Amino acid sequence: MAEMDTSSKDTGKKGPGVKKGKKMSTRVDLTPMVDLGFLLITFFMFTTTMSQPTSMNLKMPDDNKDTKEQNIKQSGALTIWLGKDNNLYYYNGDLLPDLSNVKTSTFKEIRKVILEKKAATPPDDLFVIVMPGNQSTYKNIIDILDEFSIDVVERYALVNKVDPAYEAYIAKFDTLATTGGK
Amino acid sequence: MGRAKVKRNSTNVDMTAMCDVAFLLLTFFILTTKFKPDEKIPINTPSSVASKIAPEKNFILISLDKQGHAFLNSDMLPLKEQVIDLINTEQNLGLTPNEIHKLAVQPIIGTSFQGLKAYSQMPAAALNSTLPGIPIDSVNNQLQVWMKAIVAVQQNMLSEDPEGVGKKMAIILKGDNMAKFPQFKNVIAALTENSILEFQMVTTPEGVPTGTELWKKARSQGATTTPVNG
Repeated sequence: MAEMDTSSKDTGKKGPGVKKGKKMSTRVDLTPMVDLGFLLITFFMFTTTMSQPTSMNLKMPDDNKDTKEQNIKQSGALTIWLGKDNNLYYYNGDLLPDLSNVKTSTFKEIRKVILEKKAATPPDDLFVIVMPGNQSTYKNIIDILDEFSIDVVERYALVNKVDPAYEAYIAKFDTLATTGGK
Repeated sequence: MGRAKVKRNSTNVDMTAMCDVAFLLLTFFILTTKFKPDEKIPINTPSSVASKIAPEKNFILISLDKQGHAFLNSDMLPLKEQVIDLINTEQNLGLTPNEIHKLAVQPIIGTSFQGLKAYSQMPAAALNSTLPGIPIDSVNNQLQVWMKAIVAVQQNMLSEDPEGVGKKMAIILKGDNMAKFPQFKNVIAALTENSILEFQMVTTPEGVPTGTELWKKARSQGATTTPVNG
């Protein structure tokens, strides 16, 4: 391709009857080889997995052992409910019977809430409780646990068996959030 | 007066250097590549800042897809066979040794006990997201039975070889973004009821947001360790 055969120029006259020894060029056109090389590179680049999946450790409390009697100071407790459509509801300390101390938040704003709580309470008292609602997703759970590691919250608990009463509260807030938004 | 000769340059570019570069890159990619494992069930894992690499050997993998179906898998073939054998005797499934072996080599287990016999004959191509999954509802949590069998086999392996495979075994949970909490709760229940209280959840790595506490912590640790290294 596009390679000029210049070899015949140099041969010169050798008289009649003398056959010209045609010298072939030793240069090989590498363009197709480069094409092939880049094709393979593209293939490997697309199939390769550069980022290895990581894993997050989770320790659950033993239900059979009576470990529920943990000393949680009411002043240092922060409870977060995971609701529908990535909504979060949180309250400090104990839940008031009329639910008036529950505030609504989102995953973007919850960092501020956690950090404020962290700044306001002595480190040994801080305890964050997560109660996922039935409408929350696996992503919500991972996100909130990740949020704790981002904010360096050492003491937290994921409540696996949410009390039916609390489930009802979360459902109530979910309906409030959906009707209030419209 | 002679005319100034215009020297004609060849339009031919030497491809050798480019070829060298191309093959150098190609070699790099061939050597570093690790093919995406053939996943029968597509699962989009959530992202987290966790930096620990998920175990690639000696794992028990519980997958939870976006419909909330649970699947079980492991890379340990002998353990799988023993577990299926144990389930077979416990539940009186009447599986032949050949069927047990076939089940063990299936890439995933994703059906109820009753369906296992037919499942062993299924071609690998039919194992996709249409599978019913292992029942995990709270009345009939078959995953719990599976985990119980796994724990029993693990204990058995440990008693034979205390430093062997049984010790290194890791339980990994791989859930989809869209999986709902009730199913996740049932999976957790299947684990905690069998006193498996520590497990790992697979996530996609994500950078630590700048300015956060963890970021500051990592930076201050980096600052204290640099003088030691330097």
